[in-house]
Amino acid sequence: MASPALFAAVGEVGKGFIQERSSDTLPCQATDAFFCWDWAKENIDRYETPTIQHVELVLISVVLGFALAFTLALIAHRRRWLQPPLLAVTGVLFTIPSVAFFFLLEPFTGRGRDTAIIALAAFTLQIIYRNTIVGLANVPGAVKDAARGMGLTERQILWKVELPLAAPEIFAGLQIAMVSTVAIATLAAFVGGGGLGEPILRQGISFLTNIIIAGGLAFLMAIVFGLILFAIQRLLTPWRRAVDA
Amino acid sequence: MIGALLPHPVLASIEGAIEFIFSPQSSNVTGGKTVGGIDQVWELLLNQIELTVFALALALVVAFPLGLYLGHRGTGESLAIVIGNLGRAIPELALIAFMAAFIGVGVLNLTIALAVLGIPPILANTFVGIHQVDRASVEAARGIGMTEFEILRRVEIPLAIPTLFAGIRGATIAIVATATIAPIAGVLTLGDFIINQNVYGTNGVLAGAIVVALLALTLEFSLAGVQRLLTSKGLKLSNA
Repeated sequence: MASPALFAAVGEVGKGFIQERSSDTLPCQATDAFFCWDWAKENIDRYETPTIQHVELVLISVVLGFALAFTLALIAHRRRWLQPPLLAVTGVLFTIPSVAFFFLLEPFTGRGRDTAIIALAAFTLQIIYRNTIVGLANVPGAVKDAARGMGLTERQILWKVELPLAAPEIFAGLQIAMVSTVAIATLAAFVGGGGLGEPILRQGISFLTNIIIAGGLAFLMAIVFGLILFAIQRLLTPWRRAVDA
Repeated sequence: MIGALLPHPVLASIEGAIEFIFSPQSSNVTGGKTVGGIDQVWELLLNQIELTVFALALALVVAFPLGLYLGHRGTGESLAIVIGNLGRAIPELALIAFMAAFIGVGVLNLTIALAVLGIPPILANTFVGIHQVDRASVEAARGIGMTEFEILRRVEIPLAIPTLFAGIRGATIAIVATATIAPIAGVLTLGDFIINQNVYGTNGVLAGAIVVALLALTLEFSLAGVQRLLTSKGLKLSNA
């Protein structure tokens, strides 16, 4: 059995997460209710801070990861010999489980949000890098030749022809990275990074309602972020809509 | 050389972690109890591998035939894609905690919870891999008298190997990573070293992180090797 001490060891200990208010008298808390509505109504505000922390964790990690991976992809797009080593390095960072990554970083960066952000950003690199490279590689050579024939410089070809045509793949990568990071950011609580994993670690597996609210919020957040990125991609690439229709 | 690059405390904690892996030491909390050492590391490592293999096998049994069937028939595209996308949105910690709280702790429940993480990538990639095989190749196979099963086994699966394996590798990484937090659901894996800092100390935490990272990388490299073995010679040539 996982003991309360186990969870106490993990997060910043908040004793009696569910007992501080009148809630310890709520009837559905005493039983093995699947979901205690009365408690949820009274305590939903407890999830505000973890939710905001979670959004921050995800946005900062993904923005950092995107900036680095996108830059690396642009560099490797012109210098092809860089592609295999970059794929290997980002692949290793992607493969190392986040919980392990947090504590591999801990001797260097200590406990807390920064460590979580570095690990999460490192996780996203491979997805964004690979999709950007594939997207750029899929641009037909004839299109680039046509652009060259019109007198565009290599830089103009990259920004005005190649990147717009690769945008759907790049956005697909960003979307996958974003959705996965929302899910994985629940683990940041292990290293004291906050987020929606925090209430679950603090309370443990004894109170299902808490797990359902925190997990449900993270799940919803992932879906909402995924849909927002999908909508942005559709807006930014109107020519794709015409083809799809 | 390394000593010159790393600050001393970091070096000391790495040394401590390596010592923890190989030789048992007394726990700094539970008086007199010894923790760490190669025997305990080996035991928890085997637990984690066992859990990962069980969950992966379960996910494969469920998702692979379904993906093959849907991909070959070319139906259920939105189903496979939606499941694949939703799967990524599942928060691992909440899933494990939910299964443990709702059904109970133990290896079987945890295997099911981990399989839930493995099914979406395998299903989506199997579907996409089979479905995107050139229809002309399939028609040619049908033309030379292959049965539907032969087409699947001898044409579609070999051509789809890279995509199929991308799904299996994604599932394996997700499962082995999440098996690390299995101690929350009462199954002791290497994650116990990481999560129970008050028992194993900081040496144990870093040792656990190192072994978990090595385990995940080893699994990934092994699967990449298996993929290379299963890829037909003709495909390797055409890629070169």
